[in-house]
Amino acid sequence: MKEELEKRIIKGPDGLEFEVEPLRDYYCEAPPTVMPAAYSKIVEDLFNWARSESIWILGFGTGCGAIEMRPLMTPRFDAYRFGVQWRPTPRQSNLFIISGYLSVKTLKRVIRSYEQMQNPKYVIGLGSCTINGGMYWDSYNTIKRLDQYLPVDLYIAGCMPRPEALLAGFADLKKLIRSGKAEGANEYAEKFEWYKANQKRVINDWDMPDYNW
Amino acid sequence: MQFEWIQIPYALLTLFIILNYGLLLNAFVAKIGARVGRRIGIPIYQNYIDLIKNYGLRSSITHGVMFYLAPVFRLTGGVGLILFVPTIYGSVMFSNFSFAGDLILALYFIFFGTLGMALGAAESGHPHAAIGVSRGLSQVTMAELPLALAVFSIALQYNTLSVTEIVAAQQGGVLNWTLFTNPLAVTAAMLSFLGSVMRPPFDVVLAPQEIPIGPPTEYHSSYLALMQTNRVIYPVAKMVIFMNLFFGGADNWPVFFLKIFLIYMFAVFIGVVFPRFRVEQSIRWFLIWAVPIGILAVLVV
Repeated sequence: MKEELEKRIIKGPDGLEFEVEPLRDYYCEAPPTVMPAAYSKIVEDLFNWARSESIWILGFGTGCGAIEMRPLMTPRFDAYRFGVQWRPTPRQSNLFIISGYLSVKTLKRVIRSYEQMQNPKYVIGLGSCTINGGMYWDSYNTIKRLDQYLPVDLYIAGCMPRPEALLAGFADLKKLIRSGKAEGANEYAEKFEWYKANQKRVINDWDMPDYNW
Repeated sequence: MQFEWIQIPYALLTLFIILNYGLLLNAFVAKIGARVGRRIGIPIYQNYIDLIKNYGLRSSITHGVMFYLAPVFRLTGGVGLILFVPTIYGSVMFSNFSFAGDLILALYFIFFGTLGMALGAAESGHPHAAIGVSRGLSQVTMAELPLALAVFSIALQYNTLSVTEIVAAQQGGVLNWTLFTNPLAVTAAMLSFLGSVMRPPFDVVLAPQEIPIGPPTEYHSSYLALMQTNRVIYPVAKMVIFMNLFFGGADNWPVFFLKIFLIYMFAVFIGVVFPRFRVEQSIRWFLIWAVPIGILAVLVV
């Protein structure tokens, strides 16, 4: 654990001494809970339709696949017409695209960002690196199977997949969301222990709370 | 004006119309932008879906009391503004709760939401929010100055603080509009208008490319949805005031829609032509160009 994250006594400018415990003060400790769907089916269907037609992507490119997301904003592909747009903050996004290889160092940031997103949230694994390691299959520094660390709704295979493949992926994701099958956030809450154990196995310098939203 | 109970449903109807108009206006302008860039652009109903989705998210977290209240304050600013100015001149249904001194109240309401937002964003604790708030407050304060001067100027000119009477004084032909009877005040106010609609060149406050994404960084689900609701109501409410004060008001809805659209397109056109100002540049710009015109407008009257 880093020094600045440890519990310590701090003297304020007015001379008062107080105790600071960064992990406890800055984060919330409560583990994620399973969030039930809306009580009435017709309301949940409406919400699912709205969720599928308004997919906000977290603008976080983890690997080389990120370069395939940029053309989607351009006139040639124009993902906005499908209700897809990019948000700069995890709080407001619903979809996390793990674009390509994921190094262990990035995985840590990915987990933090993913946990800050609001339920329901979706994950797309882009490129073969997220499925089985791809060309990094024997790398000491990247994870091989993304679904051991985060609940993945959809994979888009290829190295690299073209932007058209991403658009097709969005269409498939929409079908999943609309049929109510994209419940990754609840799955993460249910199998929280298992996911955490997997994450901690690869991340050696674990200096964050178990769950930070 | 006497209060009647029937005014409440009438005012709610106005609010409903304005909300829908604002949602469609925003999408329409985004669509025009997309077509200019040879894209297809968002569907015209996209804003409705985004709203439903954000209201329908299952979880939301809080950072404290002000974090809760800020979107409410923000929405109060927009809704309050629309409730206290007459939207359609000469119509009993759409005069809302306008009264003799409503112009001063409107000036307060314009600033109200920004202050609430500042408190809430500060409590969210995100550094980008703090930067956004400090930039936003300084810029909006600066932009407010020429507007206040312009409002003083026309209040002196028409010798009243009631929006309805100011509209009444502008009836009877285009040349009776404040635009032609007091062009200096209108110029100052329109320059100030640029600074408060959060479009380029004055959108450094929440530009996603500069500070993602400024004050609302930590806001999500229904908080964000409330703020989105306000973001469609507030600009329209503000433009209603501009239309009433400077462009002769509107005596029916089609004229209203057209005038609001044109006022908005003024800011849009300026925005696509000029690049973004840094915040100290924009403050200097307001001080050098807009404020002297405003002072001149007061002096001339």
